[in-house]
Amino acid sequence: MAITMAQALNTALHDAMEADDKVVMFGEDVGTLGGVFRITDKLQERFGEKRCFDTPLAESGIVGTAIGMAMYGYKPVVEMQFDGFTYPAFEQIVSHLAKMPNRSRGTVQLPVVVRIPYGGGIGAVEHHSESPEAFFSHVAGLKIVSPGTPSDGYSLLRRAIDSPDPVIFFEPKRRYWLKEDAELPVTTEPFGTAVVRRQGTTATLLAYGPMVRTALDTAKAAEEEGWDLEVVDLRTLNPFDAKTVVASVAKTGHAVVIHEAQVFAGFGAEVAAQITERAFYDLEAPVLRVGGFDVPYPAAKLEEFFLPDTDRILDAVERSLSF
Amino acid sequence: MAAAPLTPDPATLLPSLEPVQLLDNQGVLHEVDGYPLDLKDEDFRNLYRFMVLARRVDKQGINLQRQGQLGVYASLLGQEAAQVGGAYALDEQDWVFPSYREMGAALVRGVDPGKILQLFRGTWLSDHDPHATHFGLLSIPIATQALHAVGFAMGAKLDGKDLVVMSYFGDGATSEGDAHEAMNFAAVYDAPCVFYVQNNQYAISVPLSKQTKAPTIAHKAVGYGMPGYRCDGNDVLASYAVAKQAVERARAGEGPSLIEAITYRMEAHTTADDPTRYRTAEELAEWNARDPIARFETFLTKEGLLDDAFRAQIDDEAKAYAARMREEIYDAPHGDPLELFEHVYVEPPASYDEQRALLRRELEAQ
Ligand SMILES: Cc1ncc(C[n+]2csc(CCOP(=O)(O)OP(=O)(O)O)c2C)c(N)n1
Ligand SMILES: [Mg+2]
Repeated sequence: MAITMAQALNTALHDAMEADDKVVMFGEDVGTLGGVFRITDKLQERFGEKRCFDTPLAESGIVGTAIGMAMYGYKPVVEMQFDGFTYPAFEQIVSHLAKMPNRSRGTVQLPVVVRIPYGGGIGAVEHHSESPEAFFSHVAGLKIVSPGTPSDGYSLLRRAIDSPDPVIFFEPKRRYWLKEDAELPVTTEPFGTAVVRRQGTTATLLAYGPMVRTALDTAKAAEEEGWDLEVVDLRTLNPFDAKTVVASVAKTGHAVVIHEAQVFAGFGAEVAAQITERAFYDLEAPVLRVGGFDVPYPAAKLEEFFLPDTDRILDAVERSLSF
Repeated sequence: MAAAPLTPDPATLLPSLEPVQLLDNQGVLHEVDGYPLDLKDEDFRNLYRFMVLARRVDKQGINLQRQGQLGVYASLLGQEAAQVGGAYALDEQDWVFPSYREMGAALVRGVDPGKILQLFRGTWLSDHDPHATHFGLLSIPIATQALHAVGFAMGAKLDGKDLVVMSYFGDGATSEGDAHEAMNFAAVYDAPCVFYVQNNQYAISVPLSKQTKAPTIAHKAVGYGMPGYRCDGNDVLASYAVAKQAVERARAGEGPSLIEAITYRMEAHTTADDPTRYRTAEELAEWNARDPIARFETFLTKEGLLDDAFRAQIDDEAKAYAARMREEIYDAPHGDPLELFEHVYVEPPASYDEQRALLRRELEAQ
């Protein structure tokens, strides 16, 4: 059956709430409305206002109270309405959500999931298209997840809710309507397991979240050039599956990392460093990064010039191959 | 057209113009309408005992810092009544979410002060079990703990548990966004929560007048739709009675309250601070004359509740506490470096194996 990413995520939330009555959901407009992207659609209707509720408009408040509820014994799954509005919650995420289990020597556990619809490509007004994953990947104590397919959307979100550690769950909003033939429930590999989405021999494209689809489209287009590209979907940025990444690069000798976020100090820099440290002699060219330019996320009519696309990726592959 | 009545009626939320005071500066007890004292002799003695212990333990903290045993220490001197009175209004099942200055409240909750000091020694980031003591981790990022308190209270309410959460923070903290968000959330959800502000007049060097234009901190409560209370924070009986009222309100399902306990930080902000740069000796002397312990002592003596035997008993207990703190802190070794990798994740990433191995090699090479 064809399901969308949005349906997969909604079903995952539903099934998690059904499986465990400690799972509660809250955020801005997630109750009656079902979220601005409808990812929490019908959850309040099904599970009641106590377990799925609208909060005042305050992101730090949402994450801060989620921490308190988790200390009490609940498993809060909270929504940041958009990527660019996560920043008010930054202090609670960085100073408490990530650190409290460690500070408390393990006496406090915080099984909290912070869901963030992220990324551009939907023609949105400013602050609605950002990719802030690098900020959070830099924080010890958090797990960072970003699914690229509906199946992974379902399975990784279920795993995130079951995780005893706090998870920042980045949902690729431009792929909410991406379809896949799948039956729910579906179980894919655990956190820390990247997956080879397409086998290839010429070069490796490394992507996550919204760029997985773009990487696969690029690999298809590259066939015309006679290139057989391998596509690795990282799935979780932390834990990072160095093994799968290195195995792929060992095979192809060329690596191109792709994300929407600006390249400078982006997550791609970490991937490039991991490959360089672990597979230096397998490399036939430096690891190249393809991403947004090092400028603020642009106005909607200009985003197509900012975002990495097939052309920009193929250009990088060519530079790598001719190095 | 007649204006519809406002709910809640703002007039019912306003704090009293004069702070509630039951014991005046001379230690004379005055009855105040609406704040009956439900304390037995044993409770009076206990309040005194906790205040004296807090002062002794606090002095030990300062001394340990001076001896180079603690990196820094934040004194509660002058705030014993506010801290002890507030926490004493809680029942066993209730919780406290403190800032970093709440040694007095910690004592009331049965937290070992030596454990609290491990943070200031730098042994570990925290060393007591919140679930065993119902006392949250010390929280240094200002006002952030108020949200944890509200979330905890929301959880308790959702779970149908009879449990009240008291969040301590300072006058400066009331300017932070998190304090605002916490009070707003608590009010919206009728969370069983008490916001207990110790207005000790300063946020490091910045006086309250530069912190807010509000008539008083307690008046801010009205904007959230919850009652505000002001009390003489150097009067342990007023601090207790006001807190008790707020706690009972929360327990009865009537929602949160905001308490402003007016007090004064007699010591520097922390041992690293020089208060002579921002406040006068006269001001200090003025507050010294309102000492919370001296006034309660006068009262207890008059009531025949404080005899030499009881004093000696507390003195012994205080000495034993201080000795134990010295024992636990003096030359306490830092923790096991390899523990750095524990407790960060329940399910740690594979990279921890490599990094742990690196640290182990470094340790072996020493
Ligand atoms: C978010 C944040 N900003 C700044 C600081 C530095 N700081 C530590 S204590 C303090 C003053 C706090 O004053 P108040 O809330 O009145 O509490 P008090 O220290 O008087 O008990 C400041 C500015 C901090 N700890 N956290
Ligand atoms: Mg202060």
